[in-house]
Amino acid sequence: MSLHEIIIAGFGGQGILSAGRLLAYAGMEENKQVSFLPSYGPEMRGGTANCMVVVSDKEIASPVLNVCSALIVMNNPSLEKFESWVKPGGVIITDSSLVHTKVKRSDVKVFEIPATKLATEAGNKTYSNIYLLGKLLTETNCATPESFEKALYGILSKKKHYMIPEEMEVLKVGMGY
Amino acid sequence: MGQKLLMKGNEVIAEAAIRAGCRHYFGYPITPQTELMHYMAKKMPTIGGVFMQAESEVAAINMVYGAASTGKRVMTSSSSPGISLKQEGISYIAGAQLPAVIVNIMRGGPGLGGIQPSQSDYFQATKGGGHGDYHMVVLAPASVQELYDLTVEAFNISDRYRIMTMILGDGVLGQMMEVVEFRDDENIESFDKPWAANGHDNKREHNMITSIHLDPAVLEQWNIGFQEKYNLIRQKEQRYELYNCEDAEIILVAYGSVARICKGVINQAAEKGIKLGLIRPITLFPFPTNAFEEVLDIPKAFLTVEMSSGQMLEDVKLTIEGRKPVYFTGRMGGMIPTVNDIMTKVNEIREKHS
Repeated sequence: MSLHEIIIAGFGGQGILSAGRLLAYAGMEENKQVSFLPSYGPEMRGGTANCMVVVSDKEIASPVLNVCSALIVMNNPSLEKFESWVKPGGVIITDSSLVHTKVKRSDVKVFEIPATKLATEAGNKTYSNIYLLGKLLTETNCATPESFEKALYGILSKKKHYMIPEEMEVLKVGMGY
Repeated sequence: MGQKLLMKGNEVIAEAAIRAGCRHYFGYPITPQTELMHYMAKKMPTIGGVFMQAESEVAAINMVYGAASTGKRVMTSSSSPGISLKQEGISYIAGAQLPAVIVNIMRGGPGLGGIQPSQSDYFQATKGGGHGDYHMVVLAPASVQELYDLTVEAFNISDRYRIMTMILGDGVLGQMMEVVEFRDDENIESFDKPWAANGHDNKREHNMITSIHLDPAVLEQWNIGFQEKYNLIRQKEQRYELYNCEDAEIILVAYGSVARICKGVINQAAEKGIKLGLIRPITLFPFPTNAFEEVLDIPKAFLTVEMSSGQMLEDVKLTIEGRKPVYFTGRMGGMIPTVNDIMTKVNEIREKHS
């Protein structure tokens, strides 16, 4: 049985919620049960955003998470808040161009990817979340790149579809990082 | 069944209402239900429907009163403080016996409170938040798919009994996305509405829609009729889900998003060999008393879990009437009970009854 409980957290504008929706959509493409729960309200308006995504073979009991199997963080406060939520053996992926504190846990797998730096160098800062999602796919197998591509086509508006081949290249860089 | 879509709870309610034939929506924005309005604003003009952002919640509910009087399927939606503002209109619509669907995506109160999810409007929804001896049917979905199914059903129930039906959700359900599968052919029941004030061309007596009856003897007769209707609904419309109740040591009672968290608790407890079950009321009015009679002999105790100080708890106790111990745990103000919160209480109860 596969059950992925994923938290993605960072600042508003980093594509935190988009990343979560893409994962949920990719899961749906694989006929899995999925849920996506975004933060809303004061914390978002104050600048931080997070979302909880569940991808499962079985009916999803709770879309509200108190622990997770994988965590992507794109700022320091999010690492502080969610580090302890990750189950032993779980995965933490950080955007190391923005997250400067080190993960203290020794019972989880940690991957540091300078995603914002890579994206800026590649000419499009908005791709930073995709590098991290790529690594998540490799480490958790929560979705295949093929389903992820379908998710991009399903979620992005038509006028942004021209970006998708480039985004898939970025995803592959992230997968192999 | 039709296409599968990944959609937000609030949007699914709006789409479901449109599929159920609702072409009149009146509302006023408030977090966390505003996406429902956005969807209506976008879609209604394209299908010949009416979307109106009223000047206030009070205006919106009175527009519902007017449109419902003509026999059209009509909806309004809001969140807790906005629903409080609507209570006068709700009482009038109850007095006039009109079908209408009201959505409350609850947030923490009292007062302006906060915007995080809550279930603290249970009393208001099920016991009558406005004045007078009235009830609405109250439906409590627990998934995005159920938001769809129950919204369509809400319009059918409303028309069947000439009664308001409330969809009682919370911020989690409104904001979350899950996969929803829409039916190709919608289950829309159609009803004759000879009572509707929709123009008579001098071919019949005109219909009167009112809630004023100054002669107390007459008003009492109306009230007796209302109570007969509510009793019929209590007999016919109870809905609930029983989850893992066979040989459960403790049966949890929870509705809406909290029921989902409780299922998580039950699954985790099962891995440790602790047998827990769940009664999930789907109708809050009528309260599903049948569910409790069905499983009463099984557990040592019941545990009600809510995002409130313990409101449904009173109905659970009234149903069990002291025949089994009833416990409570909950969070308030927009905090969501965690698996650990609930397990701690479960362990406490197990110790007491070991």
